[in-house]
Amino acid sequence: MSTRLPTGGVLVDRNKPVRFSFNGKKMTGLEGDTLASALLAGNVRVVGRSFKYHRHRGIVGCGPEDPNGLMTLGTGNRLTPNQQATTTRLFEGLSARSQNHWPSLEFDLGGVVDKVSSLTPAGFYYKTFIQPRRAWKHVYEPLIRQAAGLGRPPRDRDPDLYEHFHAHVDLLVIGGGISGLIAASIAGRAGLRVLLLEQFWELGGRTPVDVEMLGDEAPRDWIAERVEELNALENVHLRCRTCAVGVYDHGYVLANERVGEGTGDEGELRNRLWRIRARKIILASGAIERPLCFVNNDVPGVMLASAVRDYVTNFGVSPGDRTVVVTNNDDAYRTVNCLVRAGLDVPMVVDARPVPGPVAAEAKELGVNVVSNRAIANVEGTKGITGVSVCSQAGEGTVLERLDCEVVAVSGGWSPAVHLWSHCSGRLRWDDTRAMFRPDRTRPPLASDGEEQMVVVGSANGMLQLDKVIADAAEGTVTAVRALGGDADPGFLPEVAVQSESPASPVWLMPNGMDLRTRAKAWIDFQNDVKVSDIELAVREGFESSEHVKRYTTLGMATDQGKTSNINGLAILARSLNTPIEQTGTTTFRPPYTAVPMGAIAGKARGSLFKPTRRTPMDAWHDANGAYWEPVGDWRRPYCYLQGEESVDEAVRRECLSVRRSAGIIDASTLGKILVSGPDAGRFLDMMYTNMMSTLRPGRCRYGLMCNDNGFLMDDGVVARLSDESFLCHTTTGGADHIHGWMEEWLQTEWWDWQVHVVNITEQFAQIGIAGPHARKLLSSLGGMNLGAEDLPFMCWIDGQLAGHDVRVFRISFSGELSFEVAVRGSEGLELWRKIIEAGQNFDAGVYGTEALHILRAEVGFIMIGDETDGTVTPQDLGLTWALSRKKEDFLGKRAQERSYLTSPDRWRLVGLLRVEGNTPLAHGAYAVSSENSEFGHTRMIGRVTSSYYSPILDRPIAMALVENGPEMQGTILEFVEKDGRVRAEIVDPVFYHPSAAARN
Amino acid sequence: MLKLTCPYCGIEADETELHGGGEAHLERAAGGAGDSELEQYLFIRSNPRGVHFERWHHIHGCGKWFHAARCTETMEVFGTYSAQTLRPPENTLSEIKRRRPNWVNA
Repeated sequence: MSTRLPTGGVLVDRNKPVRFSFNGKKMTGLEGDTLASALLAGNVRVVGRSFKYHRHRGIVGCGPEDPNGLMTLGTGNRLTPNQQATTTRLFEGLSARSQNHWPSLEFDLGGVVDKVSSLTPAGFYYKTFIQPRRAWKHVYEPLIRQAAGLGRPPRDRDPDLYEHFHAHVDLLVIGGGISGLIAASIAGRAGLRVLLLEQFWELGGRTPVDVEMLGDEAPRDWIAERVEELNALENVHLRCRTCAVGVYDHGYVLANERVGEGTGDEGELRNRLWRIRARKIILASGAIERPLCFVNNDVPGVMLASAVRDYVTNFGVSPGDRTVVVTNNDDAYRTVNCLVRAGLDVPMVVDARPVPGPVAAEAKELGVNVVSNRAIANVEGTKGITGVSVCSQAGEGTVLERLDCEVVAVSGGWSPAVHLWSHCSGRLRWDDTRAMFRPDRTRPPLASDGEEQMVVVGSANGMLQLDKVIADAAEGTVTAVRALGGDADPGFLPEVAVQSESPASPVWLMPNGMDLRTRAKAWIDFQNDVKVSDIELAVREGFESSEHVKRYTTLGMATDQGKTSNINGLAILARSLNTPIEQTGTTTFRPPYTAVPMGAIAGKARGSLFKPTRRTPMDAWHDANGAYWEPVGDWRRPYCYLQGEESVDEAVRRECLSVRRSAGIIDASTLGKILVSGPDAGRFLDMMYTNMMSTLRPGRCRYGLMCNDNGFLMDDGVVARLSDESFLCHTTTGGADHIHGWMEEWLQTEWWDWQVHVVNITEQFAQIGIAGPHARKLLSSLGGMNLGAEDLPFMCWIDGQLAGHDVRVFRISFSGELSFEVAVRGSEGLELWRKIIEAGQNFDAGVYGTEALHILRAEVGFIMIGDETDGTVTPQDLGLTWALSRKKEDFLGKRAQERSYLTSPDRWRLVGLLRVEGNTPLAHGAYAVSSENSEFGHTRMIGRVTSSYYSPILDRPIAMALVENGPEMQGTILEFVEKDGRVRAEIVDPVFYHPSAAARN
Repeated sequence: MLKLTCPYCGIEADETELHGGGEAHLERAAGGAGDSELEQYLFIRSNPRGVHFERWHHIHGCGKWFHAARCTETMEVFGTYSAQTLRPPENTLSEIKRRRPNWVNA
């Protein structure tokens, strides 16, 4: 059993107990514990179930490399799934639950998969669930969905805060181990702006656990001095609990700081996402120990050797009384020393090397039994280790010896944590003597000026002995600091004797000739249950690329991103392919290095801050008068105004009829308004619009179309000429910003010698539309200007005063009715709106919203950008050839519209539709199908509904559609496919309703 | 995330402040242009691995369009310059030649 030792544990405070719960069971740890160390101290060996086979899983590592200890933390709206027990600091009241089991961690029905694991190798899903086809939708997919996924997402809204923080520094140091501290000290003394990030809450990294003396000091003292010195420097900032998770181009780095734990009041700051721009980056991210591949190496109790000594030294936790140490290198002997000193038993050190080197002799002096050229043949036990059997490493697994133990501490050598180096194209090379992929410092990530952006130092650079780590950190930092123009002085470095280690021998399979059947029990990826046999199967089935094998077997695709499993998996792959591992290469490392909560990514951008809503000056009036809102672009506009108990449909119908029978008032302020002025304004608009705008007389208006240079319609609106040199261009509500940018782009990049000035004045003016037979009487009653047919003819505008406000009145119509649009200063919009509403009471006028606007325009056959157009529709398709100038040699889209494809008579073109039977509108987007199939025997689609409404004035549904050869097929009846079957509609002219000429004038 | 210096306002801008506009120095096919000229203008792009001249819009900044010479492989930036020119300026070309001696302007 695992337990707390009577003494030791430099990070925990034995006087401060911390209460927490695991799967509902009340437990006690110590301040300074991680959740993992507290669980081990409380003899919790099984912390979860694996993803596929639901095998028992225990803690393996002591940091973010641990694949197994995934927990759901908190409850209710503070619930957070998939948190690592090894990186979660224990706090009072912490509630943790293990994952991926049902009904309980101890008794998991999913474990049945493990019993039939020989039937479910890699690729099992692809092969099994493909037949019969029909079963996928109704049987397989629902079942797999039930089984898939780790943890469960919270159901409630997260009450806590997350924020982004921007930082610009000269030098970013990633990693607060001894290399990082040296780097920060050298750069800090040189006066550079330095930020150091450390993922744990303690600085110093592995050194305090692994090193006895640093020069003439204890490592912790030396580290404390460095930290004190750095904290005194104003130009240096140290951040613990902050993990650099992604490195991007030109020195951009994302880091996730864990600020709160969900312990405080709701609304506390949980995570801070650092967005850092650094002139240079020192990567001192350290190295990660690799496990070894032997039979049943996933039984709880099999731990990384480094993690075992971390738990003993840092937390005073014994993972078990008897620990068998299995290794291929010298480093694991540190664990032997540590365990012996703590009074724990090491029955045997199983060293796979034929000649273990001097450390073995030292261990023997401590009374430890060291055997060489040996391997683990099998680990016994399911929920915990009961014993191991030992065999010859060179052999096939014949058991030579069996012994009892509770823990197996494994070390397969160290892999530099190269993830952040590789995120932004830093290259790796295979170092045969060290048996590791190391950063290739001759091919680093590059800065915008082509110089090296990142310098990798210390064990992240493959240095594993203290003297080499220190020298490498100093050398790399001095180079970086000098490149930044700083004066580097590494004079404070401790003197460390030259250290020697016997080389590690690459051991990828244990024993080397492992029996084929048992390879299905030798785990590589503990979280995703990838075994040696799975990789070999993938190779037999023809997979060769590491990227393909990864995806086929899911190796390294779990939440730990293969921190412990990648290199072993690649080595097994290389071995199976019979190629050197450097040829196999690694898979691509991608951000994030450790998981980042979605909340941290969103930061403050949620709720009303996610996307600002644009509001017109009359917005408050709408809100107080029953507005039923809809988003239009970034704006919100009333879809209709609800009165009393009426439904939305009833309101829309009432508003439509009010316009047709008396008058309607609409807030048109959102329409884009772009002022184009200058000597070349007319010439410029002739290029922008398909129509001729330069011939428009001041005081007149013209409806214009804008196309892109592919010939497709992109926007429309009324252009008013204000003077010889200025035009006011109206755009669609959603198009204003885009069209303004579009005009700027052409002026800046194509016709930069033309004298034109463009300004977006959309928000400077409120605009009110008044439409209907009583519109003129209504407006005139406000007093101040003559609006008679002679004073203001159709498609003209005049300036004047209405009810004491300076206004510009346009006589334009989007409904076919007599109609005016009144523009007024934005600040006076609400006041004039109220006066018009009040005046409207005498004329039976009501307000109307966007839906009535759409219906009214469709009744008279006007198109709507975004309904009738989708970026593939030309003006010709919509029968708008009258708006295309024949006189102009050029306008945007003219040449492209001459392409054979766009001039084909078979293009889908605009028609009106009337249902033959039924009284509900056709479905938006419904397709018309031909009675004849295509040459391939497929149903042939020949048209599509683009707008569909119920017309109150006609008291019947109407629709517009794009139909192949449509305008030539008037009277033809088409079949449209809807959800509940086919419906029939007749092709008619798209103008459904003609207001009387008298009413219009 | 790239950073580019806007030649108008002088700000070293994050990519989030900018909007890419594709290849620079394209010749617009005006009304009356031939088919191949139109095809070239609308659809044919060099898409090189290496030195690329491209358009950028300082959309969340000064609002100006400018050009950048950039290596699409290493993300190195050789220079940024005015959009109101038909070809890259000499100092940008010589910087490219300095760092990519074998580069030939297509």
